[in-house]
Amino acid sequence: MKNTISALLLGTAIALSVASVASADDKVVKIGVLSDQSGLYADLAGPGSTLAAQMAIEDSGLKAKGWTIDLISGDHQNKPDIGTTIARQWFDVDKVDTVVDVPNSGVALAVNNVVKEKNGVYINSGAATSDLTNAQCSPNTVHWTYDTYMLAHATGQALVKAGGDTWFFLTADYAFGAALERDTTAVVTANGGKVVGGVKHPLNTADFSSFLLQAQASKAKIIGLANAGGDTTNSIKQAAEFGIVKGGQKLAALLLFLTDVKAIGLETAQGLNFTETFYWDLNDNTRAFSKRFSEKMKNSAPPTMVQAGVYAGLMHYFKALEALGGNPHDGAKVVAKMKTIPTDDPLFGKGEVEANGRVTHDAYLFEVKKPSESKGPWDFYKLVGTVPGNQAFTPLDKSTCALLKK
Amino acid sequence: MQALYAQLLVGLINGSFYALLSLGLAVIFGMLNIINFAHGALYMMGAFVAYFLLNLGGINYWWALLIAPVIVGIFGMILERTMLQWLAGLDHLYGLLLTFGIALIVQGVFQNYFGSSGLPYSIPDQLKGGVNLGFMFLPIYRGWVVIFSLVVCLATWFLIEKTQLGAYLRAATENPTLVRAFGINVPRMITLTYGLGVGLAALAGVLSAPINQVRPLMGADLIIVVFAVVVIGGMGSIMGSIITGFALGVIEGLTKYFYPEASNTVVFVLMVVVLLVKPTGLTGRAA
Repeated sequence: MKNTISALLLGTAIALSVASVASADDKVVKIGVLSDQSGLYADLAGPGSTLAAQMAIEDSGLKAKGWTIDLISGDHQNKPDIGTTIARQWFDVDKVDTVVDVPNSGVALAVNNVVKEKNGVYINSGAATSDLTNAQCSPNTVHWTYDTYMLAHATGQALVKAGGDTWFFLTADYAFGAALERDTTAVVTANGGKVVGGVKHPLNTADFSSFLLQAQASKAKIIGLANAGGDTTNSIKQAAEFGIVKGGQKLAALLLFLTDVKAIGLETAQGLNFTETFYWDLNDNTRAFSKRFSEKMKNSAPPTMVQAGVYAGLMHYFKALEALGGNPHDGAKVVAKMKTIPTDDPLFGKGEVEANGRVTHDAYLFEVKKPSESKGPWDFYKLVGTVPGNQAFTPLDKSTCALLKK
Repeated sequence: MQALYAQLLVGLINGSFYALLSLGLAVIFGMLNIINFAHGALYMMGAFVAYFLLNLGGINYWWALLIAPVIVGIFGMILERTMLQWLAGLDHLYGLLLTFGIALIVQGVFQNYFGSSGLPYSIPDQLKGGVNLGFMFLPIYRGWVVIFSLVVCLATWFLIEKTQLGAYLRAATENPTLVRAFGINVPRMITLTYGLGVGLAALAGVLSAPINQVRPLMGADLIIVVFAVVVIGGMGSIMGSIITGFALGVIEGLTKYFYPEASNTVVFVLMVVVLLVKPTGLTGRAA
């Protein structure tokens, strides 16, 4: 009997001491991939982002060093209320440390507030809005892959300089479209161009003919597509049908992903100019990663830049955790550490996490190949120019982020 | 003013899809008393069958217009034989739930294999290009869609309202027992009717494949609007659904011109207004 009691006491003491360690630094990490799993952004993010996160966990080598890393995923269905509910549940019930991906700027901004309130880590790859590192920046947020400022400057500037000085916008009617139109308008007017009109269409529109007719009637030289995913592919396809490109107007796909080009087909998409920060066929490193990725992906699809960003963002996060020697379960502290380490990964190359949370790396201007130039099922892009990382994103002195005003 | 003409014409083009789809729904509701929520999924299947015929079998668009509705129609008849027929005489809610479930399963299966961003299908060579009408550039393919669907709609209306076969059908819905007494195989007729309605959805799917992406969710995005069209036109009224389909396409087109932000909701606003003023729909009869 005495033995039993002492054994119980000993057990309790051990349990308590373990628990007290757990509340401070430990080597347990839980990551939630929050994405659009079945809607219009599911192919460019979705299940592929979850796969990229799994690969990052494996490649980090942290598990072999005694870390426990769990991964869960959720479907925000492109609805801010669903996104925030999932994020809250993850922090409150599932004890998630880090939320990654979150395409759809509307959802991304809503989740941004939740992560800040819960002091988690937010590594956004899928959303475009530059507000994440400007007006709505947070000490808990790292914005990895791209943003509207970068898209507007790289593609917009190139087109205005090539003579496209009058613009008409087809804009998706939510946070992302508004941000992209705003940022591009700034670039166009700064370079001496003029915006002659625009139309806001609802998210997920099947038929663009009415809008395209208005764009055609505007006689603008460039029709800027401030939309994404299925909306962009439908706009481009139907613009071809209405003879818009043949009539001398040029389409500017401000945001175009690999999967979009696949969906449009090279026949229609050839010659489009756009900007991305990652392409599977850029160099040996990206090809090696993409080969491993597509072997595990259904349809053998290579990664999009959003999926690559999930991988690279998490790899950098793991570096910071390792440097801290354990997981402090304090989002702001981990993100602060991430900002002190320069980024360097096989997919995006060298860069840094700036004080406002913006990650800088090179951006690439691509052109879609002609069908005759394409050698394989995903051989779509020709590299036509590179914008260095320190010029591609919002300069810190122009960022409106409150974190910078100290 | 020129822009207005153009928007009217564009509205008619969209209207043709609404008309074809709502016609199929009206036929199925009128004859089977089933609210067919699987209609959008079957429309999507039509587009996918056209894609497979072209890419796997090398069978072109023109044959697809004929073959895809038959294949999807047969699929529909199998659904009716194995599942829907047991719901005869039950509350509408059961049919709605069952077909909604079928739609989710079919869409989920396609999405699992083909992703969500869709597959390309190009316009047949004979219909490429366009004509300048002075007030707008009309792609020939769009013109073809309007004319073809108008012909199909009127032919269906004629079949059901003006022929002997149509008379049997209408009689069978009024009083199946009596019609059976005349030696007519009513269950088989109902199966064929469901096949016809489903075939119309698949036909619309083939027609839309070159315009929109061939996507698993292409039907899900459209079906809600089409249901609103059917409700406005009056459930089960063949002519009502055709006219409402075209008319709502035009109204939506005008909204896209005057206030584009509301273009997704204008149909539902109209539906509310019609339901408040005339709950049976514009052409519906009181039950």
